[in-house]
Amino acid sequence: MPIIASRRPSKPMGAELKIIRTAAEQALIERFPAAKASLPGGGEVVRLRDAAFDLIAKRGLPHRRVEEWKYTDLRALMRAAAPLAEKPSAETVALALSSAGAFADADVTRISFVNGHFAPDASDREAPEGVEIIGLPQALAAGHPLLSELGAIAPARENAAYAINTAFMKDGAVIRIAAGTALAQPLHLRFVNSGDQAFATASRVLVAVEEGASVTLIESHEGSDGAAHQLNDVLELAVADRATVRHVRLNGEGPQALALSTLVARLGAHVSLDTLNVVTGAAVSRHQVFLTFAGEHSKANVNGATMLKASQHADTTLLVDHAAPHCESRELFKTAVDGTATGVFQGKIIVRPHAQKTDGRMMSRAVLLSEGGTMMNKPELEIFADDVQCGHGATCGELDENLLFYLMARGLPRPQAETLLLQAFLGEAIEVVEDDGLRETLVGMLEGWLEARH
Amino acid sequence: MLEIKNLTVRIEDKNILEGLNLTVRKGEVAAIMGPNGSGKSTLSYVVAGKEDYEIVEGEILLDGQNLLEMEPNERAAAGLFLAFQYPLEIPGVGTMTFLKAALNAQLKARGLEELTTPAFIKRVNAAAAQLEIPKDMLKRALNVGFSGGEKKRMEILQMALLQPSFCILDETDSGLDIDALRIVADGVNALRSPERSFLVITHYQRLLNHIVPDAVHVMANGSIVRSGGPELAIELEANGYADYRLQAAE
Repeated sequence: MPIIASRRPSKPMGAELKIIRTAAEQALIERFPAAKASLPGGGEVVRLRDAAFDLIAKRGLPHRRVEEWKYTDLRALMRAAAPLAEKPSAETVALALSSAGAFADADVTRISFVNGHFAPDASDREAPEGVEIIGLPQALAAGHPLLSELGAIAPARENAAYAINTAFMKDGAVIRIAAGTALAQPLHLRFVNSGDQAFATASRVLVAVEEGASVTLIESHEGSDGAAHQLNDVLELAVADRATVRHVRLNGEGPQALALSTLVARLGAHVSLDTLNVVTGAAVSRHQVFLTFAGEHSKANVNGATMLKASQHADTTLLVDHAAPHCESRELFKTAVDGTATGVFQGKIIVRPHAQKTDGRMMSRAVLLSEGGTMMNKPELEIFADDVQCGHGATCGELDENLLFYLMARGLPRPQAETLLLQAFLGEAIEVVEDDGLRETLVGMLEGWLEARH
Repeated sequence: MLEIKNLTVRIEDKNILEGLNLTVRKGEVAAIMGPNGSGKSTLSYVVAGKEDYEIVEGEILLDGQNLLEMEPNERAAAGLFLAFQYPLEIPGVGTMTFLKAALNAQLKARGLEELTTPAFIKRVNAAAAQLEIPKDMLKRALNVGFSGGEKKRMEILQMALLQPSFCILDETDSGLDIDALRIVADGVNALRSPERSFLVITHYQRLLNHIVPDAVHVMANGSIVRSGGPELAIELEANGYADYRLQAAE
């Protein structure tokens, strides 16, 4: 029998209670009052910041005993808090962008961010017709009407990475795609981080896709240097009825970076959303997706292709909330783990009581390429409606020796046979990208990663 | 020429091949027949270099080169080809991508120039036409959704493209209807030459009506128990393998 009661005299509640904070937690807390005074935004924004800050002050950084952060112990991984990046000089911007290579050949409208700051001078001058682009500080200062879309999903507001971003959000952009606009050219949100001294970012981009509009968003995050930046970026998508959004995100951060990212997407009715996250960079990364179906008959594909080596750690955490009936979600995540790297997949599909006829399927597959690699898969379904189709699956294994033998028996040396199988394995997640040129570029990145293995 | 000398092979403490000796001369078509479980497929896998087996003793020489010291891809580059009994489906790997990678890997290993894409496509199309392989099959992922007959034809297409000097056909006739059998056999016969040898593994004499062998070997319990000419296949078809099972059991 376990002994539950303690006979020792109990102390009065809270009398000698001392919360032990890490240096990073202490720094964030001490930094906030000054930051709050200097950060942009009036009444409503201040209220958002305060609420987010209270969450951090109360709970500290999430650690392994917090269920959603069990496999990515942020408190242990973030011992100190790097200072928020200052607005970069024109020279820094030029230098940073000169080293940015992702999607460089693509025919796109470029919107650049350097060290988390919107760089309008390094972006395409003319926004396409039907598109409005405003720097976040201006939008916050002016109390832009679209700001009411910020933080539309409750579970995101409760999330630590998102809360830190909200408390400290400094720069970014508000983008409006007017109703009915069909953009032929993708918008490329190009984030580049550059600097010898580690810094933190808290960038926020809000994209409001109005009724019936259609847009392709390419989001790239690059950092060529080895500084241990602490990056925190949030992209919020407010997608109105009958709109179409194709989103491709690349994490190509520098090898020492700690990269937290959050995609918040709230979908109206008859919406089509595809989002793909490709991870090759950062020492530690965590990509979170909070997707809510708020209107009926919408469809979403949420995919990921993660390629890890050395001691990299990459976490993908999804919350797909079917809050309206007749919606369809497909999640497909592929992870290749080499070296002593660790991959994490946590995916949850919630089906609300009235969200009948929901069709949701989630799959995470991982291939371990070395003895030392680790993969954690945690798929979850929470279903409160009774007329739904939902499924989830997770696999973790090595490359199939029989397939390798078949390819080798045809003359392919082992590394080439492995590459061919891995291309096929990871490629399945990339197939969601409809645009041929964009998909080819992504396949090229994948091939580059695979070739570098040998 | 393939020489297998005193080959003993084990898998999990069980000898599958037991002191097997076999020679197939240059230009010769040899058939191996035998009951289920006699070790025929193991022999083909061991020659091709599958890792699951422990070689206890013996050697396998292809034109004097010791195959047992080579990786499967090196054996392929040395001229060996195994047509699989059950060709594998490889989702996501395009048939043309695979064929080109395989062909160029072998050319490279032999120190020859790799084929350009147009030259490659021309060669594939010519070989495919002969085997009655429709072009849309080449556009699909390798063997995915192919029928049994299509998979076997794809194996022969690979053989025709890679131009090996020694071909092992592991029960290529299994799962084929009469028409598919004829197409496959015609494909193999077209490749017969004084420079190329074949080892045809089969249960039935039927295939040997189409691919007429120079020699027939009977395999039972991991070794060759009898050798003869094509007439041996006819005798086996009439009498079955009962005699050899008995013999092996003694």
